[in-house]
Amino acid sequence: MNRLLLPALVCLAAVSVRAQVVRPFETDVWPVAMSPLDERVDAALKAHGIPAANPCSDEVFLRRVYLDVIGTLPDPEAVRSFLADRNPGKRAALIDALLQREEFSDYWSLKWGDLLRIKAEFPINLWPNAVQAYHRWVRDAIHENKPYDQFARELLTSSGSNFRDPPANFYRAIQGREPAAIADAVALTFMGSRIATWPQDRRAGMEALFSRVAYKKTDEWKEEIVYLEPSATGPLNAVLPDGSKIRVEAGQDPRQAFADWLLKPENPWFARNIANRVWSWLFGRGIIHEPDDSRPDNPPSNPELLAYLEKELVAAHYDLRHLYRLILNSRTYQQSSIARSTDPAAETLFAYYPVRRLDAEVLIDALCSISGTRESYSSPIPEPFTYIPEDQRSIALADGSITSQFLEMFGRPARDTGLESERSNEPTDAQRLHLLNSTHIQRKIDQSWRLIGIGRLGRMNPRLAISSVYAVVLSRYPTPEELNAALAYCTAPGSNPQQAASDLAWALINTKEFLYRH
Amino acid sequence: MSAYAGAGMFTRREALKRGILGAAGLALFDPLRALAQKPAPVARAKAVIQIWMWGGPSQLDTFDPKPDAGYDYCGQLAKAIPTNVAGIQVGELLPLLAQQADKYSIIRSMTHASNAHETASYMVQTGREPGRLVFPCVGAVVSLFKGYDHGYQGLIPPYVVLTEAQGRFDEAGFLGQRYKPFATGGDPNKQPFVVEGVIQEGISDQRQQARRELLHSLDSLGKAMPTDLHFQKLDQCEAHAYDMILGDARKLFDLSTETAETREAYGRNTFGQSCLMARRLVEAGMPYVTINYKGWDTHKQHFETMRRKLPEMDKGFAALLTDLAGRGLLDSTIIWWSGEFGRTPRVQWEAPWNGGRGHWGKCFSAVVAGGGFKGGQVVGASNATGEEVAQRPVYPVDLIGSIYELLGVDPDGPLPNPRGMDVTVLPTAAEGAKSGGRLKEIMP
Repeated sequence: MNRLLLPALVCLAAVSVRAQVVRPFETDVWPVAMSPLDERVDAALKAHGIPAANPCSDEVFLRRVYLDVIGTLPDPEAVRSFLADRNPGKRAALIDALLQREEFSDYWSLKWGDLLRIKAEFPINLWPNAVQAYHRWVRDAIHENKPYDQFARELLTSSGSNFRDPPANFYRAIQGREPAAIADAVALTFMGSRIATWPQDRRAGMEALFSRVAYKKTDEWKEEIVYLEPSATGPLNAVLPDGSKIRVEAGQDPRQAFADWLLKPENPWFARNIANRVWSWLFGRGIIHEPDDSRPDNPPSNPELLAYLEKELVAAHYDLRHLYRLILNSRTYQQSSIARSTDPAAETLFAYYPVRRLDAEVLIDALCSISGTRESYSSPIPEPFTYIPEDQRSIALADGSITSQFLEMFGRPARDTGLESERSNEPTDAQRLHLLNSTHIQRKIDQSWRLIGIGRLGRMNPRLAISSVYAVVLSRYPTPEELNAALAYCTAPGSNPQQAASDLAWALINTKEFLYRH
Repeated sequence: MSAYAGAGMFTRREALKRGILGAAGLALFDPLRALAQKPAPVARAKAVIQIWMWGGPSQLDTFDPKPDAGYDYCGQLAKAIPTNVAGIQVGELLPLLAQQADKYSIIRSMTHASNAHETASYMVQTGREPGRLVFPCVGAVVSLFKGYDHGYQGLIPPYVVLTEAQGRFDEAGFLGQRYKPFATGGDPNKQPFVVEGVIQEGISDQRQQARRELLHSLDSLGKAMPTDLHFQKLDQCEAHAYDMILGDARKLFDLSTETAETREAYGRNTFGQSCLMARRLVEAGMPYVTINYKGWDTHKQHFETMRRKLPEMDKGFAALLTDLAGRGLLDSTIIWWSGEFGRTPRVQWEAPWNGGRGHWGKCFSAVVAGGGFKGGQVVGASNATGEEVAQRPVYPVDLIGSIYELLGVDPDGPLPNPRGMDVTVLPTAAEGAKSGGRLKEIMP
């Protein structure tokens, strides 16, 4: 889209937005143009007579895109400068900048760690050294934007030592080492399909392709080699998931044959699955939902939209950042989370941005950054012990089995199965208790150098102090009503500024606006 | 859709024929219906207190002494002492439990053969071999069958851990978040017992109320989306949380209401007061309490640790038995004492252990009491050195199955789950599960 055309489009858009705008979460002017993606969403919504939500405000967009793209809250300076920026292309510029941040690689390695089950301990038992090697490999791939088809091929055809050939851990991070278990993991990871739902012959065919994967120990402690069974010298007759028969000659790697089939551009499973997954990661819901439960009786809610994303991804040679950019710059993504229709299809057709509670790791990182405190992680079992440097973010944790009551409580996935649904962002009473009244959180607030500084400021200038707490916690400034409510609390007779700042931070941390992506 | 069918995998009709459609998801998650299929056993027990001997306690130094095995096996703890049941002896550091032997039964032939903490913990707490699925622990299963879905009304979740959750594997397995334990944190031996989230020092009720009002007045997004279901769920959680913070729940955790004699009898240490807390919870209707008792992984300094810790364990465990019996609660409360395995009967005198005991899953002991289990019995036997099962192997599945039966949960019945999988509560013989049979010899 030509930037010069934007102002004109924006004017047109302003006319079409009529619904009551809710401040400070919405704005009345679309800051981005309608994209081909939006046209497909719009067509489906029109067909159902469902109105789309209003455009989200800059405040909402800033926080949303930070949390969605890099799993990190914007700092108060980023809040100030973004909100003050008058450049109409500032949202697109921010998206580009975030896609290049180090935290992007951390956050998406966390996601891939879930899907690939990167975990030292039971029941996966990768062991600590292999976890570090594997996680680093995944992070490097994300960082350097390795084309996704290449990423998949390297994992699928990997062999070697768990320490020295990191992708070989793909075949170790599976519960069970029999061909059926491997086939199950491959179908789930790269096809988004649960093999239990396949007909028997297709399942058997798939299993045969992985029947030559073998494992052996070495003299090095906890080292393991993944290799191809050399005793299998005869040709292998197998059936691919689409029913076509292939013959793998002796000495050839049947996994290679599978990868060749899977990664062909016309293969309907591979690109569709990843396009749908990326969408679901940004919207909390797949076009096919669950995004790893593709079945004939679970069709996409908007097939044209999915086909479009798929085509874009293949045309961009599996550049996932391209797909992120495409989605993030759309109006569909930049909608408000306030739905304008009660039709259940509003959810499945993406007529608003759905709220989701922050991921466990993102939440604790946000609490740490607000308070300027740290979490310390270590894992005494299994050996060798793992100690995580104090300044490491929780989103950058490699090992899914690092002990943490907080992460457990807030639904960190066990990394047992690789199912997307293993991560739970459902609220529970225990979580609520923890945030409202635990010493863990209260201590963070009380010890925060940031809030202590703001408290001092509050003695002189309570209004500025309140605005500062808002910028730190909610990444925006208070509305006049909010300012008055907070002011009344902070200047009530007998209150002390330090405790007031602490209670205000406590209150904002416990708002839905903070706890949820919105 | 045409592109989708072109995937060539299989058609909807094929899938229907195979009966797999709709098998996934919550539709099938109906515990009441699943239970209705077969009458459950009659419940004799209402609650379980699980004393989890985290790390694996030594069987020779506790409930399976081998005074005749010699110094290489007994080290400095070579004495066995008589109990109040003729013919049963226990280790010399358990004099108080010796006086309660009529209340509990000792299983001396527990076995699963794994010497790895995680795998062994998983087997002892789920009754399953590691496999493709991660099954729930006994506590999670009990909270499924006895918790909120079945009339449990308590404010505190029906599965409580004192004080630290295991966190080594997922206690709730595929049952998910709803069935995870509530870990108290804090230390019941301190005043107050700071139950994380429920009790906090230094914040008055007045301040709690005031800041709650502040929170509500500033909850702008919540007010803009009053009908959002996610937010309504969160509001519900908040209401429950404040019921606990400002309501009666905190009284339950206030051990200062117990007499000094009672607190003393349990021992003024974290374990002793955890036992007391467990009694209070069970008294209030809690179906499952786990006391995670750390410090039993004694590779080094084994005997020093036994001398330090066993008297503490002896006192707390014995007081729990006396107190529950005195209050008429022992008949309806199962106590289950076990670690993930035992320890090497032969002492490792060599460096670097210098008198330690390693992991031993081949043969170890467990203790059960109450809730229908007979007392004063010994089930099975180990050989002369305690290294092998000599008689009547008891696998974790046998012990857990017996607990379930007493609780009125059918061990062979379906285990309803959010993924809609067709699985039973415990593995069946058809699945190739090794079993020595349920503990009929000590069950009613």
